[in-house]
Amino acid sequence: MSDTFLLDGREVPFAPGQTVLQAALAAGIYIPHLCYHPEFKPHGSCKLCTVTANGRSASACTLPAVPGLRVDSETDAIRQERRALIQMLLVEGNHFCPSCEKSGSCLLQALGYELGVMSPHFRHLYPNRPVDFSHPDVLLDFNRCILCELCIHASAEVDGKHVFALAGRGIGKHLVVNAESGRLGDTNFALTDKAAQVCPVGVILPKRKGFAVPIGQRRFDDAPISAHVAEFTQKGGA
Amino acid sequence: MVGGILTASTAMDVLIQNNKPSLGQGNLHCVNANEAIQSVLLRHGHDGTRLMQILREVQDALGWLAPTTLTAIATGIGWPRARVESTATFYSFFHTVPRGRYRVLWSNNIVERLQGSRDLMIALCRGLWVERGRTAEDGLVSVDTTSCIGMGDQGPAVLVNYLPITRMDMDRVEAMVALIRDEVPLANWPAEWFHVADNIQRRDRLLDHALRPGAGLAATLGRGAQATLDEIRTGKLRGRGGAGFAVADKWQACRDAPGEQRFIVCNADEGEPGTFKDRVLLQSHADLVCEGMTVAGLTVGAHQGYVYLRGEYRYLLEPLKSALARRHRAGLLGNGVGFDIAIHLGAGAYICGEESALLESLEGKRGIPRSRPPFPVTHGLFGQPTVVNNVETLACAALVAAHGGAWFAAAGTAQSTGTKLLSVSGDCARPGIYEYPFGVSVRQVLEECGAENVQAVQVSGPSGACIAADEFERKLGFEDLPTAGAFMVFDQRRDLFEVARNFNHFFQHESCGFCTPCRVGTTLLRQRMDKIARGHGTCYDIEEIRQLITVMNTTAHCGLGRTAGNPLADTLHKFWPHWERRLKSLDFVPAINLDAALAPARQMTRRNDPAAHLAS
Repeated sequence: MSDTFLLDGREVPFAPGQTVLQAALAAGIYIPHLCYHPEFKPHGSCKLCTVTANGRSASACTLPAVPGLRVDSETDAIRQERRALIQMLLVEGNHFCPSCEKSGSCLLQALGYELGVMSPHFRHLYPNRPVDFSHPDVLLDFNRCILCELCIHASAEVDGKHVFALAGRGIGKHLVVNAESGRLGDTNFALTDKAAQVCPVGVILPKRKGFAVPIGQRRFDDAPISAHVAEFTQKGGA
Repeated sequence: MVGGILTASTAMDVLIQNNKPSLGQGNLHCVNANEAIQSVLLRHGHDGTRLMQILREVQDALGWLAPTTLTAIATGIGWPRARVESTATFYSFFHTVPRGRYRVLWSNNIVERLQGSRDLMIALCRGLWVERGRTAEDGLVSVDTTSCIGMGDQGPAVLVNYLPITRMDMDRVEAMVALIRDEVPLANWPAEWFHVADNIQRRDRLLDHALRPGAGLAATLGRGAQATLDEIRTGKLRGRGGAGFAVADKWQACRDAPGEQRFIVCNADEGEPGTFKDRVLLQSHADLVCEGMTVAGLTVGAHQGYVYLRGEYRYLLEPLKSALARRHRAGLLGNGVGFDIAIHLGAGAYICGEESALLESLEGKRGIPRSRPPFPVTHGLFGQPTVVNNVETLACAALVAAHGGAWFAAAGTAQSTGTKLLSVSGDCARPGIYEYPFGVSVRQVLEECGAENVQAVQVSGPSGACIAADEFERKLGFEDLPTAGAFMVFDQRRDLFEVARNFNHFFQHESCGFCTPCRVGTTLLRQRMDKIARGHGTCYDIEEIRQLITVMNTTAHCGLGRTAGNPLADTLHKFWPHWERRLKSLDFVPAINLDAALAPARQMTRRNDPAAHLAS
């Protein structure tokens, strides 16, 4: 390990081919992110990991690390932008944390706390997103979808099934399943699929297994998400 | 110098004839539907990368893309159904819900709006008893708006079943109501309605080129690839699409990149509102554009080229096909020269003008801009080295090939060589195409197009810059005011807040939705702009708008999101009175009286001292 770049003034070593986000996480430095997962190719759509690199803003998850790069992440301006992005996602969907099975283990919620998001700030869009109960083992609550695409990649690349895809454009973009009926029950999706494990929020949930982990003992109940940085470098993590 | 009325020739007749089957057959029976789908699939070799063309042709035959249709297409090309749905629902001109047998789309370009297109649309809707955006109960007609269709010099314009009708007025609206009510086939509508004029007002070395087809190609073959590249470099040719990247560097990088094959792509997705110069090049100088592509192909070592033609220019598809066939017969395309060209028709998505989104679309996918690096010159179409150039750039390249770089660089300025086509529209006596050497001042263009009492000029479209009167001495070129060609004139009568709002609606509609800041940010901006337009805005909304623009500008994935706030920021800065008069109050006005809201708390705590009150 000889090559390094500077992240908020700290020297961060990196291996050839690593992105700024991958190198930072490996070095134990947390950079907020939602659509990045260590097992999949980064695509950079959520923009939470926006940093400035040599003065220009870029997504840390897709930015190749190069020697001597000067990266700023934890500045007031960037934290403010990240708060705005979380608030945008909060008003774009229908997020009701108190009744959500994923509360306490949800990356969106945890990032909100991490970044000091005290309110949604913007006007809610209240989209109409019907819930899909058609599958025997899994329910899909599209209200919580943040369009991170992880289930799409997992289903296509690991499960080899292509159960999920994005449809529509712009603010009308939404998750669809691979069935003429549009119902998950008419696909070959299974609870054991990788795609069932990767949702950072509460869209893909197993049926008949509510609140198995009590509030207070959930993933981010003990410490903020930035203290869980090691989990974002492991296979099967994130 | 007024350009002659063109087309309506045989090619247009053929196109209108071809368009006939889609009328009156919205609900075909299954047997026919399946036959239609299978014949389209066969014609495209069941090739998924041809999905855009497959979807369009199937829709032409069946009226819309029903769920069963998408399933059949997916089976036919061997793709997961969800991926076919993904593509089909991305583009404005594909319909996964039934639309009218007559589909009328009004160009939403601000220039045409200011010319009264909205009143005309309302009159059409009234005449046909149909609500905008809805399909008539009997499936006869649907009326809606669409993003600028590239007819800003002869608007208000509409697309009827994707064919343009220009110069709409109340008489034409009334006649159109009758034609649609009587279900008269498009082929029997007045032919002159479909005429699209070139409107060339000023010519220079590009539009006056007088090159015989094959001249640039012969010069390239004689000179050799490296020497041609050197000429392009000597001519300092820069991209005409807006960014101004050095063409020689792009071609060299593609030529040097390792790959199994290389591609030349002509970006004819001219979607920037107020731009229509590529329309004229493709309509009247198709040979020159094809020649430029062929020169590029021979220079970088590509054997295949694609013209990505925007869906709004579908009326040019048949004429372009004829031009290609002509060149084949003349030995200027095909095996003889080792280069061929295919046409890919888009389906209504501004984002596909972005080169990497365009490549995604060419591969049959959603038009989402790729993460870069790698750049298309090394990893482009199908992952192979690809040159993507604007229509006008390729036409210029043909000129350089024929006349040499020194000749080309003799016009224009040091950093902006050659001439530039401007699409002039708006408040002026003579809208149309103006070709000037780079370095021309805004004022000179205004004088020559007959614009008076000008308040502002939108240079290079909504993603460009809004120029006020004290800047009219500025010069068009990469040194000062870069432009892709749009030049929209607004005189003293115009409300520039409404102009900014129109541009905001445009970006909100055209955001691909890939990244959070653009997808949600353009929508939140729209909320604020509409609120101000309704007369409920305050200074708080202005501050919110500024912050949203900053977030979008720094975090968005591509140029669309990063520049979507420009028209708002520009007019806020330069034309504040237009905003100010729309505001309810210049102060922050809270929705509730906060001090009054604390009354129950005061009552419960039995306090009424000054500290228990909010400062007023």
